Amino acid sequence: MQCISLSSDICLARVQATPVHVSDLGVTVHAGFPSPAEDIGAKRVDLTAQLIKHPQATFLLRARGDSMRDAGIFDGDVLVVDKAVTAKNGHVVIAVIDGELVCKHLQIRAGRMKLKAANPSYPDIVPKEGQVVEVWGVVTASIKTMPV
Amino acid sequence: MLALLDINNAYVSMERVFRPSLNGRPVVVLSNNDGCAVARSDEARALGIKMGQPFFQFRHLEEDAGLVALSANFGLYGDMSDRFMSLAAGLGAEQEVYSIDETFISLDGVRGDLVARSRRVRARVLQWLGLPCSVGIGPTKTLAKLANHVAKSAERKPGSYPAEHAQVCHLGRLSPAGLDELLSATPVGEIWGVGPRIGEQLRASGITTASQLAKLDANTVRLNWSVVLERTVRELQGTPCISFEDEPAPRQQIASTRSFGAPVRELEPLIQAISEFATRAAEKLRRQRTHAGRVMIFIRTSPFRKRDAQYSRFMVVPLRRPCADTADIVSSAILGLKAIFKPGFNFAKAGVMLMDLQPDTGGQMELSLEDDQPARHRGRLMRAVDDVNDRFGKGTLRIGSAKPRQAPQGSWETKLERRTPAYTTEWAAMLQVRC
Repeated sequence: MQCISLSSDICLARVQATPVHVSDLGVTVHAGFPSPAEDIGAKRVDLTAQLIKHPQATFLLRARGDSMRDAGIFDGDVLVVDKAVTAKNGHVVIAVIDGELVCKHLQIRAGRMKLKAANPSYPDIVPKEGQVVEVWGVVTASIKTMPV
Repeated sequence: MLALLDINNAYVSMERVFRPSLNGRPVVVLSNNDGCAVARSDEARALGIKMGQPFFQFRHLEEDAGLVALSANFGLYGDMSDRFMSLAAGLGAEQEVYSIDETFISLDGVRGDLVARSRRVRARVLQWLGLPCSVGIGPTKTLAKLANHVAKSAERKPGSYPAEHAQVCHLGRLSPAGLDELLSATPVGEIWGVGPRIGEQLRASGITTASQLAKLDANTVRLNWSVVLERTVRELQGTPCISFEDEPAPRQQIASTRSFGAPVRELEPLIQAISEFATRAAEKLRRQRTHAGRVMIFIRTSPFRKRDAQYSRFMVVPLRRPCADTADIVSSAILGLKAIFKPGFNFAKAGVMLMDLQPDTGGQMELSLEDDQPARHRGRLMRAVDDVNDRFGKGTLRIGSAKPRQAPQGSWETKLERRTPAYTTEWAAMLQVRC
């Protein structure tokens, strides 16, 4: 194994001269005009893969109520909830308060946390002394289906 | 070294993920038909409820102590188990799914601090799934099991073992004296492979702790007791005798799983593998004189082949009636396999798990393996469909094509008033959240 110095900060370590055999590329060779699709190797976009980054940690929940209306979440929507994401200020989260699951905006300011609705007719939820609020997961998408 | 990962109070913990109001309350999960307790929360243990205790004996605690008794929700447990297994696999190179909530991971070739690594996996399972689990590490399966027991007890009952072993316990890191200290604190009956009867005999001979058992001469044990106990003694002494993926009779589930030597891409070889696993599992089932109510099958690609497209699916298929019939179990497993199989992936692992085990009293055993398989399959499938439709109303199950499709889990299952919805396996049963 040789190390060739090209300049002071570039070093090509382990230059190997072993040929690499490439086979089974999934294309056939034709004489004549090539198929326009051959060099693309395209796959149809996968909605699940787009919406779900951590399959093991992702759960689907049904939204009930209109307190998150201004965040685009309406009654009956399906929420994609990722428990692997660490909740930060501004995230829409699923929180557990008094044993109940609620969906709200998470606000953390100066070390104090608040759960804010996205609808002016709902008050903020400010944990009282001794009340534990636990973040269950972070909402990463809301799915609305249209009646057809 | 190998690790045993085990979800604490598995079924109860899984229920609590979706019903946080159950946290801190005594909760039990009942076997099929609400017969007896198959899982207990720590609070339920504290009320004196025993594993396997008939429900009628402690039913009064619902009123007296706020006990919540739930019917087993196997669709939910199967899904959570599948998620757990795939996260646990990240701990090491090889995995044996031992039961729905327990898995052995081989730590051979894993570098670095095994305890720190285990804690990270444990933290991930807790955050990603909301499930608490314990990790036991040891040079043999029996010792890994013991380490897991130590990890659990140290957390559950402070004072039972040194607190440093809580949640993750690595026996391989201890000095001989330190190991003996833990073994001395462990009753002999807690050792894997020591059943109630052998435990009784051992205690009668003055052997009450794991430490005393480990100090016996293995050959003498073989002569005086059995080869099985000899194996346990050797394992306690640090000599592996129970190979990976070669398990002794488990208690509530029977699993038969294997990693493939080379990736499998086609359905046909998977059917063969699944048939073999199901056959083996059914044999074990008959050997311990139980019937299974459900067959869970899973297939997955290898998370270690990073460039491969990843795919992992499972399915729980209810049996038409609980049985130990190889033909029935194999055909249900194949039905499940066909529903979850997708071409184009390098499958690395598959397995069959038998769930909802019950004593074989009542039903009669049949073993019929005629070779007119296709006709038999169709007949059984049709009968199963008829049964379900008779029970839940016409059209609950429809045949869309000759090929089986993934059926919504909940519609197959017996309606039980104490059962929580199939939150993760049925679209209509999705967990609701207040907005």
